[in-house]
This record gives sequence, C-alpha cells and structure tokens, in this order.
Amino acid sequence: MNGGDRIEAAIRAARREGRTALVAYITAGYPEKEAFRKDLARVASAADVVEVGVPFTDPMADGLTIQRASHAAIQAGVTLRWILREIESMDPPITAPVVLMSYLNPLLALGYDELAGRSEAAGVAGFIVPDLPLDESAGLDEALADRGLALVQLVSPVTSEERLAAAGKASRGFLYAVTVTGITGGDADRGGDIAGYLQRVVAHSKVPVCAGFGVRTREQVTNIGAHVPGVVVGSALVETLERGEDPVAFLNSLSGRTA
Amino acid sequence: MTTPAMPTESPDELLRALIDGRLPDTRGRFGPFGGRYVPETLVPALDRLQAGIEAHLHEPGFQACLGAELRDWAGRPTALTPAPALGRAWGGEVWLKREDLAHTGAHKINNALGQAMLARLIGARRIVAETGAGQHGVASAAACARVGLPCVVYMGSVDIERQAPNVDRMKRLGAEVVPVTSGDKTLRAAIDEALRDWVSDPVNTYYLLGSAVGPHPYPYLVREFQSVIGREARSQILERTGVLPDAIVACVGGGSNSIGLFHEFLADQEVEIIGIEAGGKGTGLGDNSATLSSGRPGVLHGSYSMLLHDRDGQVQETHSISAGLDYPGVGPEHSLLASIGRVSYRTASDDEALEALDECAALEGILPALETAHAFAGARHWTRDNPGGRVLIGLSGRGDKDMPTLSRHPPRGTGT
Ligand SMILES: Cc1ncc(COP(=O)(O)O)c(C=O)c1O
Repeated sequence: MNGGDRIEAAIRAARREGRTALVAYITAGYPEKEAFRKDLARVASAADVVEVGVPFTDPMADGLTIQRASHAAIQAGVTLRWILREIESMDPPITAPVVLMSYLNPLLALGYDELAGRSEAAGVAGFIVPDLPLDESAGLDEALADRGLALVQLVSPVTSEERLAAAGKASRGFLYAVTVTGITGGDADRGGDIAGYLQRVVAHSKVPVCAGFGVRTREQVTNIGAHVPGVVVGSALVETLERGEDPVAFLNSLSGRTA
Repeated sequence: MTTPAMPTESPDELLRALIDGRLPDTRGRFGPFGGRYVPETLVPALDRLQAGIEAHLHEPGFQACLGAELRDWAGRPTALTPAPALGRAWGGEVWLKREDLAHTGAHKINNALGQAMLARLIGARRIVAETGAGQHGVASAAACARVGLPCVVYMGSVDIERQAPNVDRMKRLGAEVVPVTSGDKTLRAAIDEALRDWVSDPVNTYYLLGSAVGPHPYPYLVREFQSVIGREARSQILERTGVLPDAIVACVGGGSNSIGLFHEFLADQEVEIIGIEAGGKGTGLGDNSATLSSGRPGVLHGSYSMLLHDRDGQVQETHSISAGLDYPGVGPEHSLLASIGRVSYRTASDDEALEALDECAALEGILPALETAHAFAGARHWTRDNPGGRVLIGLSGRGDKDMPTLSRHPPRGTGT
C-alpha cells in the first residue's frame, strides 16, 4: 500500500468503528529530545494518524504554542535528518501512519529526491507543507509520488470553490480543512458557518477530509466529526506534553475511546 | 525536477525579459526566483491584490492621483545633489539622489503611499505593516493617516530600542506599534508576525509590505512604486551632465530602494550597477546580513530567493549595525540580477558604514541613515578603483532615527 492509501485506510477504519479519526500533531523532540520515540509511540497508540512537526525558525502559520515548541526543538538540535533516523529506528515500528508536517525550506535544503528516498526508508506515509499552496506544489508532489508518499493539500474557509475542487482532486491521504481563518492554536469555534464550510469541502474531495486548527475539546471533536471523518489536534496536545500529562489519556478523552 | 526549475534562458535573454517587462512571469517568477509560498488562507488575498494591480496600477486616473500626491504631499521629485567635497576626497565625481528629502525622510514613502492608495481602492479596512529601521513604519503610518485607514505596525523589540525616535513618530501619526519579542526580535520576526496577523483576517486587512520581498505580487508592486527614484535620477543626471553615470550604487536590505534606482538603468549597459549589503562584523555565520554575497537559494516569507540559512534549512540570525539591512533574505529580482551578473553585490562592514556616515556629514552637511551609509562606503571603494569616475549614490534616507546607535559611536573625524 502506498502512503496515501495507508492514511485513507486508517481514517476509514476509525469510521467503521463508529469513531471520528484522530490526527494527532506533536513537534518532534519537544518537550524532550530524548523522549521523542517514547512520546511518538504513546501518541500513535491513541491516534489514527500521527503528524510529526519538523521545527522551523519562521513558522508563519503557527501560534504561540507551536512557535515555542519549534524554537525549543531547534535549540535542542532537532533536524529533519534526525527525525527521519528516529522514526526509522522505532522498535517496534508504529502502526499508525506518520505524516511529516514541515515548512518548505527544510525540505528544500535536504533536496526533494533525498527527502523522498529517506522518508520512504523511514516508513513515513506523507507530508503536509503549510507554506506550499497547490499552485507551487508540482515539484514536491512528483518527487514524493515517485516513492509512494502522499502530499496532503490544505484548504481554508476563504478558499474559493474552484480551488477547493482542485485541492480535493490533488490531495493524497486526506484533505486538510483548516477550520479557522488564522494560525494554529486559536479557537476552532470562533464564529462562521463551520458546518456549511465542511460540507462544501467534503463535496469536493476525493479523499477523506480531516479538519483542524484550534481543536481542544471532546465537544469540538463531536461537532466537527458530524461533518467530516477526521479531526486534527495540535497545540492542545503539545501543551499536554509540555505539562507532563499523559497524551494517551488526553487523546482518549477527545475521541471517547477507552484505553 | 527537485527544486524550483532552473531557467533555460541565457543570462542575456533573462535580462532582456526583465527590461521588456516580461518578468515577473504569470507565476510571479523572476527566472527561477520568486513565486508564492504562502498558506492557502492568503492565496485569495494575493489574488485580489493581483487583480487590483491589473485594474488600477497603470490606469491613467490612478497614476495621476499618485503623481499628484507624490508631488504635493511627499515632496517629489527629490533633488539630485552634487557632492564636490566627497568627490575631491575620493578622487571622482559624486552625485546623490536625495530620498532623505522625501516626506518622512526615506524612500519608503514612495511605496507606502502607493500601496495605501491601492489598498483603499481594493476595499481594505485596516493596514498592517512591519518595520525594521522604523522608516517603513513611519511612512506607513503617515500614508494611512493621509488616505484614512487604521494602521498597525509590527516591530522587533531590538529595533524598537535602537530606532526609538521612529517609534514615537509612528504613534504620533496614529499607528499602533506592536512590539515583537518572538524569533530574532528584528525585521524578520516582525514580518513573521505581520503575516500571522494577515492570515487571521485576510479579507479586511491589507498587508503593506515595506521592501521588494515576499510573495508575488509584492516584489513587483514595490519595485513599480520605487522605480520613481531611478526615473527621476536618470533624467536629472542627463540634464545636469549630459551623460549617464559610470556607476550607480545603493544599499540592499530587502532591496527596495536599490531596485527602485537600478531598474531604470538595467538597459544602460555602460552603467555599472552595484548593490551594497551589510558586512556587519565579519564573514562568520551570523555576523553579517550579506545574503547575496554568502547565501544560498531558499524559501522565506513567501518567495524563493537567496537566503542565509544552514544546511538544515533553518534561517540564520543576522547582524548589522543598521536595522534596515539586518535581514537574512533579499528580493527575488536581486537574486536574478546577481545570478545573471548584471548587478554586482558587495559588502560594507559596520565600521566602514560608520566611517562613511561621518565623512558625508562632515564634508557635505548631510547625515545619512546607517543603511544608506553602506552605499557611501561602497561608492568610495568603487571610486578608489576607478579614479575620476562619475558615481551616483542612492541616498535612501536620513540618519536622525539612528541617534541612539550613533551616540554610542562618537565621530572619528572625516575618515580621509
Ligand atoms: C533609509 C533606509 N535605507 C535602506 C533601507 C533598506 O531597505 P531596502 O533594501 O528595502 O531599501 C531601509 C530600511 O529600513 C532604510 O530605512
């Protein structure tokens, strides 16, 4: 199975169990670089898809939590090469598909071909690149597709119907519906017609839609889950890890799944 | 294809395309450089700006209003001043294009006024801007007051301290100044923060970017508004001397005053064009902001251009005594001009800039900005290598804002 199919299968499996799929984001190597593999394994045990954040110095789409996490991870020496080595050496390997979330420059610096080769070897399923809109994504998409890796496209509440359709066709694994017009870590409930927006996205997408940015509570998961098969949780999970609390218990409290 | 496509055109073809107005192309590229690397949320706002540019920018009505405002409010055309004492000291002929005499004291007003007028036309309710030296912040605050739009300026906390006089000016002009304490606390972090603000309200907010950087169409738009510098300078020097200068020199931060001066001279093959970047304290990583001299291509703030970053793609901290040059990136048009060899980019150190500033103040009675002083240091160098040559310097702004820094560096004589 290629990366996109693995991601789709994981989301659909949750659906079959009557759950909203959880896509759980952590910044690699934060809060503790040494604990990354342990954190990743724990998060993967309670999530359907794991998003591993590659830290970047200038995270323009991120709020304070992920800015803080990225800064600390870079200070601790976390790099894309290191992340890929760590994921490759997971023992036992994690079963939930892993998607790397990275701004474009670290990917460019490694080089697309080397990136795709190393990511395939590490068992990574795909990529989310928040500063790479569809119009600029052909080069990376090709290099990733050669290795069976998915490039997940993002859409937002201000995306036109025409672009929704194009993104819905191009996206692999899932289509990421950003729930707010804004940065990560805000509040997903902040006004607007979420239901109408999510229904429009679903209507245009060939792959399952997962929605996120600012999701923190079980109630939000339930509300969003009524319209789309998956929900992305980021800043709230990073904050849970920061406080030294159990990420499994937090993710289970969101999904309603019992440990 | 592994990275953004390398051009198949020759350097001559690319230069021709630039001169003929065929670059940026429809994808916002200057050869391989440029593009639009932004979150999806900003794409509609950039599309709207692009449509606004196509509808208004070259339309005679808009150009007439802009021309009148530039004349009546901003004080254009600015003077072209001979600098005989500098000429004698350096052994050449020196001319100064006086953007320090434009309203608010720097070239930044050309772009701020133009964009604020355009923002009004395309229905903006609110303006955000970033600033490093504070000159773009002051220009934006003034232009917004003039066109009647509220203005929020993001400024790094390091820059707030070293450019204190400009912070008070922005506030007096009615802008809200938001200190940025994230990242490197200078211009780069201020742009990050302005972008985050814009992502949060891309429908009502207009981002008034202050240099020839950022996603397409900003590098193009800023160059169009700043080209007034080169248009005036070219006709003024022809009128005064009957010939073109042998060399033109400007300082390069993000690259707006320089591209504004250079663009009009690109077709004049006999004119040597020189951009001066901040050499800071030396060539070590993090000690300078010399992007074109020591960077590699990468993506920051929405465009693919030369960039100071490490092998992992993390953007480097930079240093310059001048806040306006203290930036790890540079506009994509400069990256193209460097790669095809039409413009040569060199550096001037903190010390050379300080010395050049004192020399200009003592010999010509003009206190240039610390950014601008880098261009003087570069021009002096050029004149020493080309005795008797005629050089035109883009005097991008005045130095009043630099008093907090200058008071820590007492004058050292005329430097000759
Ligand atoms: C007087 C002056 N010159 C030059 C610059 C550098 O910017 P740019 O390279 O965009 O002209 C600045 C920036 O703040 C400035 O204030």
